Amino acid sequence: MASKNDTISKTFTVIIALCLVCSIVVSGAAVGLKERQEANAALAKQGNILASAGIDFASQGAETVFAERVRVLSFNHETGEVTSYDSLVNMEAALAEASASPVQNNAGVRDMRSELPVFAIQGEGDDSVQSYVIDVRGAGLWGMMYGFVALSADGQTIQGLNFYDHSETPGLGGEIQNPRWAGRFEGKKAVDDNGNVAISVVKGAQADKNQVDALSGATITSNGVDNTFQFWLSDKAYGSFLATLREEGVI
Amino acid sequence: MASAKEMKSVLFGPILANNPIALQILGVCSALAVTSKLENTLVMCIALTFVLVLSNVSISIIRNHIPSSVRIIVQMTIIASLVIVVDQLLQAYAYNIAQELSVFVGLIITNCIVMGRAEAFAMKEKPGMAFLDGLGNGLGYSVVLLTVAFFRELFGSGSLFGLQIMPLVTEGGWYTPVGLLVLPPSAFFIIGGFIWVLRTFRPEQVEAKE
Repeated sequence: MASKNDTISKTFTVIIALCLVCSIVVSGAAVGLKERQEANAALAKQGNILASAGIDFASQGAETVFAERVRVLSFNHETGEVTSYDSLVNMEAALAEASASPVQNNAGVRDMRSELPVFAIQGEGDDSVQSYVIDVRGAGLWGMMYGFVALSADGQTIQGLNFYDHSETPGLGGEIQNPRWAGRFEGKKAVDDNGNVAISVVKGAQADKNQVDALSGATITSNGVDNTFQFWLSDKAYGSFLATLREEGVI
Repeated sequence: MASAKEMKSVLFGPILANNPIALQILGVCSALAVTSKLENTLVMCIALTFVLVLSNVSISIIRNHIPSSVRIIVQMTIIASLVIVVDQLLQAYAYNIAQELSVFVGLIITNCIVMGRAEAFAMKEKPGMAFLDGLGNGLGYSVVLLTVAFFRELFGSGSLFGLQIMPLVTEGGWYTPVGLLVLPPSAFFIIGGFIWVLRTFRPEQVEAKE
């Protein structure tokens, strides 16, 4: 039996047949489930954006709340131009077309586009914007930390912070996801009246100085969060957007 | 068809008598990596059992046609395809857990239990028995992983299945979690303890002195 199976033609037949069957199964699963997976990813992102602004969407579902209350915008930090999109997916598709260029920073951000995503969250049942959510990322100890920061309509006060994707050590650096720690940023000033970055993460923080206590056992992660704020709130990124908010109130 | 007694030993043998992790010390890597939360562990166990059962059955079905010169490649192709399907399914139906398990679902491909059972059992036995063997080894793996995850989550995070049992100091409660249990190496100690207890009750599993 073994000798019959080991002829070259039999080996090739078996391998080719097997590869055909396996590739049909794999591509069938990938194509068949793609729609659901993309919907999941978009839903998770919408939920994260709402969660950063402290909006409870448990009863209605993130999708409904997002569609009702969030305006999806992008801000060109070089020209100051604001573009509006009708959905998160469309905004991401439009941004993906623009090329990203390398940028000098301490936050470990390799490159960025001149168009930056901004989510304007409106109050329940009225059109005035209650918070602007910006998209930030920075290097922690093990990898990039991706987060959303919600700022009040004046562009200065932090309303919430949500690191939704990171690979920090659970229990140590992973505590950046803990709402109790993220909650310490609430009410702090992100930038001062002149646009300088005011918030910082330090050891032995003093509350009146816009400081947030670093996580114990996670110095590099805490520094990473600090660098992330220093970079994304500066003029190199969202700085001019925040300046527009301070001067003009809304965009 | 094999006798009922034989089928029973193939199905239940791997749970305690011939546990893939405790006796054969296979598949330990994922036992360290995914056991900090019971919920993730349960999904991982289901994923592994699914892959193990299907790979065993499909390899067993074509066992008489696999050329021995390329048999490992054939096994790997089948296992890898199944793992990709599982990964896609998780991303579609259990998105949050798939995010947390991330790379470890993909690493089922290299899980020694799957390869070991394919090579040692499925290549020789009929599909029915291979099915029971896959299921039995999946259960054996799950028993150890769930035990480890139970201790790690209860004492490391004070919760079970995400439900807070002992309120943590950081959340305003009284329980100071054991930081070690959150980190992967702690699983070594728990698996070691599991093996110790198991071998105390089943002295025949103790290796002979060299």
